[in-house]
Amino acid sequence: MTTVQLTVNGKAVSANVEDRTLLVHLLRDHLNLTGTHVGCDTSQCGACIVHIDGRAVKSCTTLVGQIDGANVTTIEGIATGDQLHPMQAAFRDNHGLQCGYCTPGMIMSAIDIVQRHGGKLDEKTVREELEGNICRCTGYHNIVKSVLDAAARMSTAAAAE
Amino acid sequence: MGVEGIGASVKRKEDKRFITGKGRYVDDIKVVGATHAHFVRSPHAHARIKGIDISAAEKMPGVVAILTGQQLVDDKIGNLICGWAVFSKDGSPMKMGAYPAMAPEIVRHVGQAAAVVIAETKNQARDAAEAVAITYEELPAAADIKAAIAPGAPQLHPEAPGNIVYDWELGDQAAVDAAFAKAANVVKMDIVNNRLAPNAMEPRAAIAQYDEADDHFTLHTTSQNPHVARLVLSAFYNIAPENKLRVIAPDVGGGFGSKIFIYPEEMVCLWASKKVGRPVRWTGDRSEAFLTDAHGRDHLSTAELAFDGDNRILGLRVKTYANFGAYMSLFSSSVPTYLYATLLSGQYNIPAIHAEVIGVYTNTVPVDAYRGAGRPEASFLIERMMETSARQLKVDPAELRRKNFVSTFPHQTPVIMAYDIGDFNASLDAALKAIDYAGFPARKAEAKKNGKLRGLGFSCYIEACGIAPSKAVGSLGAGVGLWESAEIRVNPVGTVEVLTGSHSHGQGHETTFCQLIAERLGVPIDQVSVIHGDTDKVQFGMGTYGSRSLAVGGSAIVKAMEKIEAKAKKIAAHQMEASEADIVIENGELKVAGTDKAMAFANVALAAYTAHNLPDGMEPGLKESAFYDPSNFTFPAGTYICELEVDSDTGKTEFVNFVAADDFGRLINPMIVEGQVHGGLTQGIGQALLEGAVYDANGQLVTASFMDYAMPRADDVPSYQLQHTTTLCPGNPLGVKGCGEAGAIGASAAVINAITDAIGNNNLTMPATPDRVWHAIHGQA
Amino acid sequence: MYETHYHRASSIDQAASLFAQGSDAKYLSGGQTLIPVMKQRLAAPSDVIDLAKIPDMIGVEVSGDTATIKAATTYYDIAASRELNAAIPALCHLTSMIGDPAVRYRGTIGGSIANNDPAADYPAAVLALNATVKTNKRDIAADDFFQGLFSTALDEGEIITAVSFPIPEKAGYAKFRHPASRFALTGVFVAKLKSGEVRVAATGAAQDGVMRVPQIEEALKANWSADTLASIGVSSDGLISDIHGKPDYRANLIKVMAQRAVAVAG
Repeated sequence: MTTVQLTVNGKAVSANVEDRTLLVHLLRDHLNLTGTHVGCDTSQCGACIVHIDGRAVKSCTTLVGQIDGANVTTIEGIATGDQLHPMQAAFRDNHGLQCGYCTPGMIMSAIDIVQRHGGKLDEKTVREELEGNICRCTGYHNIVKSVLDAAARMSTAAAAE
Repeated sequence: MGVEGIGASVKRKEDKRFITGKGRYVDDIKVVGATHAHFVRSPHAHARIKGIDISAAEKMPGVVAILTGQQLVDDKIGNLICGWAVFSKDGSPMKMGAYPAMAPEIVRHVGQAAAVVIAETKNQARDAAEAVAITYEELPAAADIKAAIAPGAPQLHPEAPGNIVYDWELGDQAAVDAAFAKAANVVKMDIVNNRLAPNAMEPRAAIAQYDEADDHFTLHTTSQNPHVARLVLSAFYNIAPENKLRVIAPDVGGGFGSKIFIYPEEMVCLWASKKVGRPVRWTGDRSEAFLTDAHGRDHLSTAELAFDGDNRILGLRVKTYANFGAYMSLFSSSVPTYLYATLLSGQYNIPAIHAEVIGVYTNTVPVDAYRGAGRPEASFLIERMMETSARQLKVDPAELRRKNFVSTFPHQTPVIMAYDIGDFNASLDAALKAIDYAGFPARKAEAKKNGKLRGLGFSCYIEACGIAPSKAVGSLGAGVGLWESAEIRVNPVGTVEVLTGSHSHGQGHETTFCQLIAERLGVPIDQVSVIHGDTDKVQFGMGTYGSRSLAVGGSAIVKAMEKIEAKAKKIAAHQMEASEADIVIENGELKVAGTDKAMAFANVALAAYTAHNLPDGMEPGLKESAFYDPSNFTFPAGTYICELEVDSDTGKTEFVNFVAADDFGRLINPMIVEGQVHGGLTQGIGQALLEGAVYDANGQLVTASFMDYAMPRADDVPSYQLQHTTTLCPGNPLGVKGCGEAGAIGASAAVINAITDAIGNNNLTMPATPDRVWHAIHGQA
Repeated sequence: MYETHYHRASSIDQAASLFAQGSDAKYLSGGQTLIPVMKQRLAAPSDVIDLAKIPDMIGVEVSGDTATIKAATTYYDIAASRELNAAIPALCHLTSMIGDPAVRYRGTIGGSIANNDPAADYPAAVLALNATVKTNKRDIAADDFFQGLFSTALDEGEIITAVSFPIPEKAGYAKFRHPASRFALTGVFVAKLKSGEVRVAATGAAQDGVMRVPQIEEALKANWSADTLASIGVSSDGLISDIHGKPDYRANLIKVMAQRAVAVAG
């Protein structure tokens, strides 16, 4: 068994779990944060992506021991009260989701993409950078639109601050 | 249209929970005291079970029970069924072997369950499952169609000699022979429709609970049609009578057909929940999905088209071998017959068609409906044939199609279908314009200068949606009716609940169906709730597949709404002392035409429930239901044109443009419709370029994970140019046709036609991987 | 995944000592390969010893003619290193194409090389650049390090601490992605070293993993240009055959990717 201390969505969390516990299972089974999903077992689909210390990583490929002391943000932690994160709003406004299963991972991944590229994003870059996220419903068309839309919103918001 | 009514691109109501991580998928649901199931699966494609030794496994930590296929037999649990009876051309019924949920004696595909371990945790169940020792005697396997029909092939089921399930035909063979006898030109080719893994992103899952006090079961499961699941589980598997079984399909993460069927795992969990006296849950992983979700497609066909001297089609002859896998899954028999051969006429006037379809057992996972189900195979065949014919006849592929288009409606094809309406020239023209067809030769020449092979390919698809009417499908062998139900409950304060038998797993019913209410009754969509996916709430329904939800399910809502309107008008007329005939409904009010007298819809609802002042003899309340059985299929159709470039050094394909011009009839929510098209196109492109489920000669699945099975990623596909042309469907009150499968049905032929145009070699099999394209360019098979 | 014992090492020596104490220990770095393999129950280490937080194993240093990447440096940090981009841009380019962004945040060069996946990218760079693999025990030349499929010169318990790359005169990498896994269906790294030596390594193509391509090396040594390679026919002997590429196709890709790598290298 291993004991880890984490900050999850701003709250201190302590857990004593089997060493083989993956972050995604800690989130889903122990913390009841079921927005983070599992869509494959080969670390490819990205449904499980969360932010660890601000970086988008695959929670299905992370042992909890590896991130002892880290700051974890999940899909449940990015809105501010009732105020959606601009990426969440953009996915809704651009119909960037259908069944919703890949969506949390997509959104967490997309926020990271925008953070790395700022306002310089173009369609080609978004498509390349979504390599680690698989969606079976949308054909990506509206996901790409959502990410570009959110990038514009986020850079406008950043400029206003 | 209003801002929330028909034709408005209303943002989806369901999105809030999905974008905030608050969706409720089966695996998200917590159940106190639940145990976890892990299935022990066959590593062999074909083997006899000599013995199952559970002595080590049952001593493992946390093990609650270990159950086997023989116990299913002992408990008289029924075998899985195929729900559509198809007869061979000699009149004999299809020849099926038993399909047990866990094999008691013989396993027939890799991944078939032979036992299940129930344990306290998921890991404990898996740990113990590895300790279950099954002794197998390996049997020779037939892993594909050719191997299964070869002389001396291993026999899967004694009931099906030669592994042939049926040898079925449709059409007039003599008429086709006569057509070919007088043909000026004949075009013949072999066509493979590759096998696909559906891969909804949410793996299948089940939570089964047995309540001993009431002798009642509850199953939460990933289903596209929970009522059908309950019916089958009750009527055929003897789990429990319907009134003692509640099936709930909550948020479901994609289906694409694969979640229509009743699978062994869900059924075993239900059965086991009573046996162990505790809830049993199972969530498949992706590897299990590859091995056990019904695959799609997998046809080998030979097709011949006969033309007269003026390039008009005289006849079509098709022979298709369809792979069913090791067992007949729920809808499987209908897919390569009534959902395939009936669409072989495409958009064309073809006076004579004859199709022969031979269904074949192989040692692979069952094959059943996958997005499009039969129609993509038909569309791919006829559209590859048309493009190939244009090349052989040396005529423009658009003009050859145009010359042969059906242009008067209704049109009776020689293969059952009667097309009700369409305008195939309109969608072709829209697509030609959007792609700038006239400018293509110049673009191709320019690309050549840059060392790229540019090609353009067409696909003029037609499909049949909203499979119906029940009487007709019943006469063709369907085991169920294919109507839909709806119930509309107007609450005393005027809010509305719509209960529907169709099921949303991404299609946006919670928004589109509200728009129907907003349009007719003027109730804002935030005051309307759509309830679906729970057999205790919705009386009955047939679920969602075959692009049927709006055309059939939406029409049922309209029918129920008409009854609500009629009663509301009676109440309003009575209350306002006006004639019922003078009452009109506008903007949420019931008005007396030509006066300023009006009653808010909410006040009419309240009056219905207070019942203080209703017309004599009227029942209180405002709740109506309807069952809607359509008079015909609907026939979405359109033209897709794909323009792409091929890198001759690597064989890699890059899209330049992809135009989709569709006629779906009336669009209720264009944003949602376009999303459906994008997704369908990507699955069609995936089939054309990337995806193929491949078994080796021993029946091992080579493509058993995303490491080997190429799923379309964002950088594999383009942004799409969509066009809409409209002919309103006359067969339903909404004028809608269905849009969920069109992209998957039409796209693959356009892609392959474009690549073969680019490389100047028509011999190319899907998926057109860079390796295959490069070999085709460089003259090798 | 089978149960295991997780240990976070704070120094290289501690890591080696923890490894020695385990009955069947494995080192864990980014975990982007080991964890999926453990999830599939294809590996069952008694202990996993996490190297990723050892300060001495993280960082990129460029000095003189050498660029040294410490073993637990992540792909993301390697690709983003300004110094490395100035010294060996081809190495940053290669790194930016490994896996996907989420994988690149955690995967490390040491983990990749120690695993020696036959379709991984780094082995091509290490071999073509004639790099030196530094361990807690010794320095190993690239030509000696890779020993076939998932096999290396590392001894039991030996830890890669860094990889030291001679800064070349020119280098380039071109990769043709596997349509499903996105590893290299074939990737070719070409390098012209300051010594004048030309080295070319291909990954993803051969049954035995990363390999040098002498025929292309000789042609490029005679004339460093993409066009020189046009007439070369690479043998398909020993190349992988699978549903995504037959040997003759991979042989062709070796040539085409080499040409593209040369074009990028300039």
